[in-house]
Amino acid sequence: MRFPKPTKLRVLSQIVFFFLFLFLLLRTEFRGSLTVSASEIRLPYPVSLFFQFDPLVAISNALSSHALYRGLLWSLVVLIPTMLLGRFFCGWICPLGSIHHFFSSFKSERKRGKQLIDSNRYKRWQTTKYYLLIASLVAAVSGTGVVGWLDPFSLLVRSVGLSILPATDHALRACLGVFEHSRYAFVQTVGGALHFILGALLLSFRQPYFRLGIWLGLIFVFLIALNFRITRFWCRALCPLGALLGIVSRWSVLGLVKNPEHCNDCNRCLLRCQGGDDPIGGVPWHQPECHLCLNCVDECPEHGLRFQFFPGQKAVGVNLQRRKVLTGLAAGVAVVPLARSTSGFATERHERLLRPPGALDEEYFLARCIRCGECMKVCPNNALHPAFSEAGIEGLWTPVLVPRIGYCETSCVLCSQVCPTGAIWEIAEKDKGWSDVARADKPVRLGTAFYDRGRCLPWAMATDCIVCEEWCPTSPKAIYLQPVDVIDATGNSKQVKQPYLDPSRCVGCGACEYACPVQDRPAVYVTSVGESRSRANQILLNRRKG
Amino acid sequence: MQSDSIHLSRRDALVKLLRVAGAGAGAAGLGFWLSKHSWRPEPTLAMAAKRGHTIAADPTLPEIAVITGDDPAQLTRQAVEELGGIRRFIARGDVVLVKPNIGWDRTPEQAANTNPDVVAEVIRQCSNAGAKRVIVTDVSCNDPRRCFQRSGIAEAARLAGAEVVLPDPAMFKDVDLQGETLRAWPVLDLFLNADKIINVPIAKHHSLTGTTLGMKNWYGMLGGPRHQLHQKIHESLVDLADFVRPTLTIVDCYRILARNGPTGGSLQDVILKKTLVAGTDPVALDAYVAKAYWNLEVSSLPYLKMAANRGLGTYEFEKVRMQIKTL
Repeated sequence: MRFPKPTKLRVLSQIVFFFLFLFLLLRTEFRGSLTVSASEIRLPYPVSLFFQFDPLVAISNALSSHALYRGLLWSLVVLIPTMLLGRFFCGWICPLGSIHHFFSSFKSERKRGKQLIDSNRYKRWQTTKYYLLIASLVAAVSGTGVVGWLDPFSLLVRSVGLSILPATDHALRACLGVFEHSRYAFVQTVGGALHFILGALLLSFRQPYFRLGIWLGLIFVFLIALNFRITRFWCRALCPLGALLGIVSRWSVLGLVKNPEHCNDCNRCLLRCQGGDDPIGGVPWHQPECHLCLNCVDECPEHGLRFQFFPGQKAVGVNLQRRKVLTGLAAGVAVVPLARSTSGFATERHERLLRPPGALDEEYFLARCIRCGECMKVCPNNALHPAFSEAGIEGLWTPVLVPRIGYCETSCVLCSQVCPTGAIWEIAEKDKGWSDVARADKPVRLGTAFYDRGRCLPWAMATDCIVCEEWCPTSPKAIYLQPVDVIDATGNSKQVKQPYLDPSRCVGCGACEYACPVQDRPAVYVTSVGESRSRANQILLNRRKG
Repeated sequence: MQSDSIHLSRRDALVKLLRVAGAGAGAAGLGFWLSKHSWRPEPTLAMAAKRGHTIAADPTLPEIAVITGDDPAQLTRQAVEELGGIRRFIARGDVVLVKPNIGWDRTPEQAANTNPDVVAEVIRQCSNAGAKRVIVTDVSCNDPRRCFQRSGIAEAARLAGAEVVLPDPAMFKDVDLQGETLRAWPVLDLFLNADKIINVPIAKHHSLTGTTLGMKNWYGMLGGPRHQLHQKIHESLVDLADFVRPTLTIVDCYRILARNGPTGGSLQDVILKKTLVAGTDPVALDAYVAKAYWNLEVSSLPYLKMAANRGLGTYEFEKVRMQIKTL
């Protein structure tokens, strides 16, 4: 049997890892079980696995928190082989790289023949990613996880999980609706069967919606579209993980050996080059740019190219310009002081900056959060959304709880389970302590609820309601009622129960705000004051236990 | 000299003209047709639906059975037996909908949802009586995946052989409830197609009505803005009870949630009563349980009288045939 071509193996590897990634992303959801009634709910798959193998996340986490969170040590499995072999990860494993690879393979007007060959030669601008890497790691040293804006897995989970998949959901449900609302029973049955199949494979349990979703999607589509101009533009020019792996591959013992006698400048290696690393004879090979896709070896008609351990041919390393390095350093140094010298961070925190349960105090939270969106994807109530301005510019795309859309479920700690960096520290249901606040040691609190009495039915409209009290999950309930006699519009006296809130029992879950029948702007709402993660953002001198 | 001029035959010219005429006529026809069909879009009208799933009364049998004992499943069996046996309620080939309370993300010990053993036994009874399908569902308040799993009802019901259905938005139909307060409302379609409906609520405290019992359990068939129902809770309860009229009601009082209902949470709120109250008169059942466990008089639960006036039953539970038994 002939051994399969290495490029075929590479494609197979790309497909396997892409679908593994997609599978884990689709399973970043609690799907419920009809067969077990375990009261502790955990996801069956390690859905944030890819982040644990991401050396960029690990290094950023180490720099900003001076420690490595749960499982990030696994990233050595990628980092150390890269030192020996080069950026095999980019060419063989990275699912975002594979997506770009796929879309780069389409020919376009600007990517044909000579133009394609020219565009695949090494370009100076490919060093941009190293400056971005420098800036984001320097920023990490001063305590921020903004590297997640550009980290490929963060980008992918955020874009696909919060925008592309919800859009797919919407489209599929619309199509299924046509079947299911047909007047013919047979078509309805087909629709039901399709719904069942798609539900098992692709659909979320219910249609998710995310704030900023359209923008996350457009950014992603834009990055994909760049491939129609320049092959794998993202990987060549922007990806900070690629830059990191490029730098550490400097000591790589595996290298491209060019046989100049065989090269007749046919340029065919350049036609299919992914990294823009000049595999062609006559010019030096740019080792840190190479993704080890092996296309050039495969393509060369003269068999003049091969990869070899200890190649003994000089290759070009990362070639940076001092001025740009300094600019990158300066930019990284400036991020945190600039972002945190505005009033938003310290003295005028946004009242609706409600963080998920288990979230660290804001300073530590921002240091660890890589804006990946795992917590938002997994939240069963669709309660977590990427922040736009609530957490300042630095906190763009960090998770905020939006109770009007979804409240924090009493027994749920899934966001803390999936967070790859410990920004939401892993907690158990008993640590949350919501069902029995009186007996909980230190219940997690997200904020405190307040009444807008001008909009509350029993307060302003002489009408029965108390849905908020019904939904309040703590025992005893944080919302208590006072019966009062009121006069309604016709002059008749009637008794209604008016709600009050005891901040010592309120955990800020937002169920009251979610359930309030005043649809557009609820008469009860949660603000962050009283959140247990902060020592400063408090109301009560002594918060009674329960 | 005009070398690029083409020769056009009469036939070709005719075909060209016919093509234009056809396309033009098509466009005009479509345009006229569409312009005739322009009206302001309105939501589709709510449909009328089957109401009532009651069975004929039998003066030789008790209308309420109150059974106390240790094993919830055995209590269920006994309660149904006292009322005449399951075959009185379920005929061979029936599609039976069992409606427990699966409203909250709570475990069975916290007594916010119906006891799973009771639900499972009801399902087994129905299957024994030859029911074609037994469906268990509820429109939960909290996340249904958690409610169905952590309540233990999904597992117990599946093992007992029922179809467990977590409602999907596509499964609601706009129905005219034909009530005095409630008219068009989205209803889970499973409630519309069942032959028999068995209500299996749990007895819990509720701040607005004092307790939440059998009739309040019908909130769990509705979608839409059902939080508004509290504004006229008594009228809403009666309209819903009038719409459904269950075959059988079994009020789970094995564990009752005495305080902080309907969500509870703390085990301190739960009282073990080890009792099931079953019957065919939903009004008398609610009146009895409210009096027995919360000492609430009919006067403090206006919906009971309103329901009696509607002909849904009697609130004078002292006057109905009652079988009280301790196993």
